Amino acid sequence: MPSIDLETETGRKEALRRMLTIRWFDTTAGERFADGEIPGFVHLYIGEEAVGVGACAALEEDDYITSTHRGHGHCIAKGLDPKPMMAELYGKREGYCNGKGGSMHIADVDAGMLGANGIVGAGPPLGTGAALTIDRKGEDRVALSFLGDGAVAQGQVHSAANLAATWDLPVIFLVENNHYGEGTPVEEQHNVENLSATAGAYNVPGITVDGMDVTAVNEAVLEARERARAGDGPTFIEAETYRFHGHFEGDEELYREDDEVERWEARDPIDSFAERLMDRGELTDEGFEELTTEAKATIEEALEYARSAEEPTPEEAYDDMFAVEVPEITSFAQQLRADGSGPKGGER
Amino acid sequence: MASAGLEAEQTEEMTVREAIRETLREEMDRDEDVFLMGEDIATMGGVLDVTGELHKQFGKDRVRDTPIGESGFMGAATGAAATGSRPVVEIMFSDFLGVAMEQVMNQMAKMRYMFGGKTEMPVTVRTTEGGGMGAASQHSGTVHAWIAHFPGLLAVAPGTPAAAKGLLKSAIRSDDPVFFFENKMIYEQSGEVPTDEDFTIPLGEASVEREGEDVTVVATQRLVGESLSVADELDGETDVEVIDLRSLYPLDTDTIVESLNKTGRLVVADESPLSYGVHAEVMARAVENAFYSLDAPIQRVGVPDTHIPFSPPLEGEVLPDGEKVRDAIERIA
Repeated sequence: MPSIDLETETGRKEALRRMLTIRWFDTTAGERFADGEIPGFVHLYIGEEAVGVGACAALEEDDYITSTHRGHGHCIAKGLDPKPMMAELYGKREGYCNGKGGSMHIADVDAGMLGANGIVGAGPPLGTGAALTIDRKGEDRVALSFLGDGAVAQGQVHSAANLAATWDLPVIFLVENNHYGEGTPVEEQHNVENLSATAGAYNVPGITVDGMDVTAVNEAVLEARERARAGDGPTFIEAETYRFHGHFEGDEELYREDDEVERWEARDPIDSFAERLMDRGELTDEGFEELTTEAKATIEEALEYARSAEEPTPEEAYDDMFAVEVPEITSFAQQLRADGSGPKGGER
Repeated sequence: MASAGLEAEQTEEMTVREAIRETLREEMDRDEDVFLMGEDIATMGGVLDVTGELHKQFGKDRVRDTPIGESGFMGAATGAAATGSRPVVEIMFSDFLGVAMEQVMNQMAKMRYMFGGKTEMPVTVRTTEGGGMGAASQHSGTVHAWIAHFPGLLAVAPGTPAAAKGLLKSAIRSDDPVFFFENKMIYEQSGEVPTDEDFTIPLGEASVEREGEDVTVVATQRLVGESLSVADELDGETDVEVIDLRSLYPLDTDTIVESLNKTGRLVVADESPLSYGVHAEVMARAVENAFYSLDAPIQRVGVPDTHIPFSPPLEGEVLPDGEKVRDAIERIA
């Protein structure tokens, strides 16, 4: 059973609800980052919601995903709780990573979320590894690695894809082609029209779908999942989408024209999905308003949670390095914190 | 003082190669989650013939020949370890770690910390190091100092067959990523190895292989055996204590300090470039913790910051050996 069944009305509404939750999570994260409340930098998923939700809806609860710089949407689509997500953006102890990861590293291994990733193209080898565990243990699950169009230039992506294809591992590579690798257009980074052409090198299926259409993404991933579970190996899916914001918040976006952004915004994946549900008689304007209000309330609650959560104590910087205690970390930390006096020599 | 701990054990004489192979066999027998992956390790048996025969016993599911793509299979090992497997990866020559370093430094080393301690990373990386075979720069490097320097990774480098077994067992059973560095010139070196299938050496524990009063030689890998031979040659003249460092990170400061409090003189012998490495770290620990015990300038024996050249006279010039250890001892004894 997929985690959200888009064949049912309940499933379609749940998909819309998750897309709205992502939209408001990231809208809020962008605003609070602009206010200086959120440290570091954030990369927003606004405009790409249909990809994450369509893909994760096709997965089962215990399937694995790996993510990208732009991971908030993948987390919510996979069912992670916005409260510890937002707390992680705020660097709080109650965050998913105890404040050690931040926006680019949110993970919840128990929920099958193997991490957003600050390195472009690092997820596919990890997804391949999760699929290797699944294969070796004979489990009935799959791994899906999200990657951006920019990541298709990375050697490790191809090295992992070759391994996964050669060993018929149950992994799906989902390229989110949002048309820019940071600030450079996809056409200037790749010499193929469709990035799914990459699949040909590994003799696995490669398909391009409309990434603004949650149903199209969902159908492609459902099929890839069946193929993976049947022992037939990976599938490359390219989902054509667009990020409505810059690469990172504060990006001046000197690399693209306003009319291009407007053309894509006219195809907003949330609005178009909502319109389809209305056409089917499954949703009214009021119903849409209600879902929007609900999503905003969920995120408002997450924001309050994050704001009131505790900061980690400075000493927690030394936790979580290793499963075992390493004397170096303990002693260097003591030296650092012992009024600057340091060791005097002689006996330790 | 840490010791090799062999006194009360049943032992059997074997080479370093045999000790590693038997350890892999025992650990695979003990735990289904342990499997091996690397280039040419199954049918071909590995270029240094460590894993030969294991695939016949365990099958190709557990002894996996990978494509020649270190970044992909190192990443796959990392993802597998994060999801409940215990992979043992072989990197044919440690120079090839360069190809896989992204997955090592940004994923394997950082995932546990970045995720707030909510994942384990039980992966072992075995790789061969060192010159002496005329294999030239891209097949002779010694890179353990970089790995030991990088937070989030544990690093060990045995100097004896017993250390090879005890450390590899600890590495495979560890929930942290451990790099196990094999010097390719000591595979044929033999010694007594405990037969106990649960014989382990704690990560972070050095071994005093020979006691002495005058000079401490802290050595690693091939230079342990060479230093022991030098100590025998100098017997009656200079009483040399030889420590096999064994674990590069964590590093056993206590054993080094205890020895220096006795001898007051230190030679550090490790086949890696001399700048910013294992030598410097051992010296720093000695100066920080045993400054008032030191009676002479510390000496270091290593590679003089060059790559390893091909031609035998050139290779012989830069590679550290027993003679260079002896010269260092004599400068301060």
